[in-house]
Amino acid sequence: MNHVGIAGFGQTKAVTTRSDVTFPELVREGVDLALAAANMTMDQVDAVVYPLAPDALIGVNNGERWVVDAIGATGKPFMRVNNGGATGMSAVLTAWTHIASGLFDVVLVAGADRVSESGSAQSVLNKMWDVGYERTVPLNTITMLAMSAQRYMQLYDSDEVDMALVSEKNRYHASLNPYAHLQSSITVAEVLASRTLAWPIKLGDACPSSTGAAGVVMVSERYAKEHGVEVAWVRGLGQNSETLFMGDRVGPKHVGDHADADALAVAFERAYRQAGIVDPFAQIDVAEVYAPFSSVELHVVEAAGFAPKGGAPQALREGKFRLGATEGPVVNPSGGTQCTNPIAVTGTIRVGEAANQVLGRAGAIQVDGARVAVASAIGGDHQFYSTMVLSTDLEEI
Amino acid sequence: MTTIAAPAFYEQTWDLSYRHALGETTSRFLAGLAEGKILGRVTEEGRVIVPPRAFDDRTHTPTGDWVEVGNEGVVEMFTIVAEPFRGLPDPPYALAYVLLDGADTALVGYVKGIDLSDPAAAAGKLKQARAVVRFADEPTGTAADYWFELA
Repeated sequence: MNHVGIAGFGQTKAVTTRSDVTFPELVREGVDLALAAANMTMDQVDAVVYPLAPDALIGVNNGERWVVDAIGATGKPFMRVNNGGATGMSAVLTAWTHIASGLFDVVLVAGADRVSESGSAQSVLNKMWDVGYERTVPLNTITMLAMSAQRYMQLYDSDEVDMALVSEKNRYHASLNPYAHLQSSITVAEVLASRTLAWPIKLGDACPSSTGAAGVVMVSERYAKEHGVEVAWVRGLGQNSETLFMGDRVGPKHVGDHADADALAVAFERAYRQAGIVDPFAQIDVAEVYAPFSSVELHVVEAAGFAPKGGAPQALREGKFRLGATEGPVVNPSGGTQCTNPIAVTGTIRVGEAANQVLGRAGAIQVDGARVAVASAIGGDHQFYSTMVLSTDLEEI
Repeated sequence: MTTIAAPAFYEQTWDLSYRHALGETTSRFLAGLAEGKILGRVTEEGRVIVPPRAFDDRTHTPTGDWVEVGNEGVVEMFTIVAEPFRGLPDPPYALAYVLLDGADTALVGYVKGIDLSDPAAAAGKLKQARAVVRFADEPTGTAADYWFELA
């Protein structure tokens, strides 16, 4: 397989609402910012992969038809990818296969979301569960993850303060990130005092409904060398899936536990194996992991191998995972999904932020000397998992 | 010269209707509710799956025998919803996955009959509690025909 690199990542400042642009115009901003970051133009792009989450979230049926001009895909091969919350990363993995196969040299992944234009997002997301069995109960992505958080507390004798520690860290990081949606820091006490959405998840634990655009330009090793393009190298990638039925993730014969992210751990392991990572805590400098709620980050950092199961809160209390930490990876130096969540491109942002870190392009949120980074995303009913390891060079990790 | 206008908006509502076929397995489960029964199906490996499905996702083989599981079980996980979501019921309400006696997987439902005014206090009562299934007096033929109460 051919090596693949990320030549550039661009994103808009995420906000609640943009009334100055249409949806395609917003997508075009992501395209232009990604191309500018890669110092390339649309002429050099061989193919386009377009991430777009469920149509009903933007209120446009098959929105890829509307944006095909804005994304510069007319006259080029084009593919839409939808994988729920993992969409933006699944699109990157699709682009990787486009290039690793030898089919293309330069592939653009770009898109946007404007979640706040619908006040019905959780009603839309409710429609993912089993029609006959679970649709009469108001499951949605918040209640789904609230139950995971409650079960984590139950299994590991954890509490709401542990969740608030994640929020405090991420909101501090986001306060330094000029592109983040939530840019105000928050204290543990403020998180605990914020209103309950679905216990134990409170407003201070939750991501915003974001409007924003983002994109990356990916190139083959051959192209990068011929044209002298500096890239973040893709060293490993993994995917895995989990049953739809949360009730199958408990009980005496369950495989993955809904308190944990066991299927994600497998996806991390797949990527680590390819990259030659055997001690993720020691070998990885930066992690940009998908965690829309504070509680999710606890079990994701455990799945990533940065702490034992139930051990993430203790690690946070020791000051780990924070910008300036003296050992181990910094987790979500951008503030992560918890502070910026334009759903369709959230996964693209995770990869892009990780690429920026290993390229030394992360500005105020740069982790000193970052060489190896990992990114991850989660979609569906905490169900579709993607992981990717990136590094500055192609040397042994 | 054109005038610079304030941004305009276009409001729309999607009003979509569907009539979904539920298939033989789900239909039989729903019929069981009208008789006060929670039914599961047994996989090739002997797992009792509730709610029942026509196939086992792990072995990708068809499920076999039908079994009635207990009407009581343990709350495996829960949440207490305080926030209104457009298009979903008004809060507060509690949802839980309950592992019924004799089942290997948990069933989701509302937990009714508890004071939810203080979510943390209600959480203390729900954590790993025994729960019992209650059935609607007038079945509608949907999964709304059962819910849980603390035993």
